[in-house]
Amino acid sequence: MSILLKNVKTASGDLVEIAFESGRFIEPKDASKEAQVIDGKGLTVIPGLVDLHTHLREPGKEDAETVLSGSKAAVSGGYTAISAMPNTNPVADTAGVVEQVYRLGQVHGICDVFPIGAVTVGQLGKSLAEMGAMNSSEAKVRIFSDDGNCVWDSLIMRRALEYVKSFDGLIAQHAEDPRLTHDSQMNEGVVSAELGLKGWPAAAEESIIARDILLSEHVGSRLHICHLTTAGGVELVRWAKARGIQVTAEVTPHHLLLTDEKARSYDPIYKVNPPLRTDRDVQALREGLADGTIDIVATDHAPHPAENKECEWAAAAFGMIGLETSLSITYLAMVKSGLMKLEDLLPKMAKNPAQIGRYEGHGELKPGNWANFALIDTSAIWKVERTGIVSKSKNSPFVGSELPVKVIKTFFRGNEVYSQ
Amino acid sequence: MTTHLLSIKDLTKENALNILDTAEELARITETPVKKLPTLRGRTIVNLFFEDSTRTRISFEAAAKRLSADVINFSAKGSSLSKGESLKDTALTLQAMGADGVVIRHPASGAAQRLADQKWMTGSVINAGDGTHEHPTQALLDAFTIRQHLKQSQGDLSGLRVAIVGDVLHSRVARSNVHLLEKLGAKVTLVAPPTLLPVAVESWKVAVRYDFDEELNEYDVVMMLRVQRERMDEAFFPSEREYSRRFGLNGERLSKLSKDCLVMHPGPMNRGLEISADSADSSKSVIVDQVRNGVAVRMATLYLLLGGN
Repeated sequence: MSILLKNVKTASGDLVEIAFESGRFIEPKDASKEAQVIDGKGLTVIPGLVDLHTHLREPGKEDAETVLSGSKAAVSGGYTAISAMPNTNPVADTAGVVEQVYRLGQVHGICDVFPIGAVTVGQLGKSLAEMGAMNSSEAKVRIFSDDGNCVWDSLIMRRALEYVKSFDGLIAQHAEDPRLTHDSQMNEGVVSAELGLKGWPAAAEESIIARDILLSEHVGSRLHICHLTTAGGVELVRWAKARGIQVTAEVTPHHLLLTDEKARSYDPIYKVNPPLRTDRDVQALREGLADGTIDIVATDHAPHPAENKECEWAAAAFGMIGLETSLSITYLAMVKSGLMKLEDLLPKMAKNPAQIGRYEGHGELKPGNWANFALIDTSAIWKVERTGIVSKSKNSPFVGSELPVKVIKTFFRGNEVYSQ
Repeated sequence: MTTHLLSIKDLTKENALNILDTAEELARITETPVKKLPTLRGRTIVNLFFEDSTRTRISFEAAAKRLSADVINFSAKGSSLSKGESLKDTALTLQAMGADGVVIRHPASGAAQRLADQKWMTGSVINAGDGTHEHPTQALLDAFTIRQHLKQSQGDLSGLRVAIVGDVLHSRVARSNVHLLEKLGAKVTLVAPPTLLPVAVESWKVAVRYDFDEELNEYDVVMMLRVQRERMDEAFFPSEREYSRRFGLNGERLSKLSKDCLVMHPGPMNRGLEISADSADSSKSVIVDQVRNGVAVRMATLYLLLGGN
């Protein structure tokens, strides 16, 4: 039976009708006469969001997050596709592990969970993981990353970029020169000098980005830069794109909003890798996202149990959760600030990531695609409450904040998977 | 400074002078045959040391005992950094024991502030050195010592020129001293190789010199910082010999200092590395006074934080 969604607005404010049947969008005129009608009065319909950078902690650290709890968190934030980073235990460096994660996502049926495979065995940077096998597996892995472990060895990086070309894969690089960031705790600058926390220099990120851009140009492969954080990194990506190099880049919501001034509290809720940078970097990231230098927003949703944050800064884990607040934070940073319109921002959270990951049927409200969408209230203001967090872990830096835009309902393949 | 002493940065100039003036009075009392005051009788002070520092611990212990407080020494070698008991659980334990004040030394920057900001315990927190952040009582006892020798133990330190020499990057003593000396009107010059200065040092209200010999005769105080030998392995400087030659206070440099210049060191010293034996033992050296004054300054801190109620 078809379902007809009436009285909803698009992101640009036009009233539309949306129809779907058997889990896929159809033309409204093709909807059957007895179609079930959903009244979406006052709400805005957006494509189901797509995240290319998610940590689900299963297998290995199920007390922090599971595929199920992460999926629930995702749909409560309007996401219908997430990409599980390989830093699990065991590491997702074999077809077996990526298939397990992929199947868990399918069994739960709340959203699509696309595993990202490790580039090297054990994410150790020494020898290539069997990326071909992961691609041929049921999970059809196309994105490979050693996640928090930068592929620092130039030769391994070159070979990885070349190797994945055969199946249209790409390498997602966490750009961090490990020699320049040993034991680093926060952005290196005025604040770190005063706080006595070991600095993580912007150059450690930018030097790897520069190297990888040149390698990508040399071998003609697709390169994706994870969580860009520095003004210099934005410049490098802009330069690479102008030269026609196949590089894409992401930015996280938290790096679009927060600066290293937050570290003055010594509250490790703000401890994240790469670190929060300066106001100048935040402005450059926003400009980069607005002008297309940065292709997508990715959450880097990183759940950690309470004890890993309820401690002194140096002992705490890096990372913050983000799936549930991503749309609101990005809206705050980009739309409220007047830099972008919502209709221009959404492709960076849905269409573009789906295109980069080759996630077919995702990212756009168009006939033939999966009926993945969310209904949002753009005039709502909501307060982030610790008790309201869906994720198993509560390490959000936005607890207590009042945020714009509320996700009211989320649909995955035509089924309602979240209702506020 | 009402409840805690976490950093010099939190103090106003008036707060700092109040501590120094109170320390003067307390120092006079402790010169009498009965070195004890009843002020903190019945109060419990815990020395919570996650890092070995016998000299700082016994200084605080002596200060607390001279104010008649009960002192518990809690040596928590296995901090949560080394997978021992967490800071939170330690704090909950101290709360259950009824600690009125906690003197904390910790290898992690910000540990004292975490202890004060979280609701794990209600007592006063005194930072006795947190990582590479601050060591406020050390700066206060240094200012006290400078004032004693160069300002007749009165007022601020305006007009004085102080050189802080050595590993500023990793030094909590340097950070606290930069803040306090600036508040008290002294002019600070940091002398170090660029590798041992923070990257954003230009945002500090100090002058920076890479050459120790430049203007050597113009300083009123030369404060030498301990340099750890293992820094050499991380390429902060090429060799002990080169470091000592360029940034050590040797006999030749000692002879070029102005007549009344004070030589200071927070201890423990690496004789022969950052300071030569003849410099450490010279008439210009007030290093032993620093240790003595530490007790008075820590008494004043405990008195002002805990004595009111």
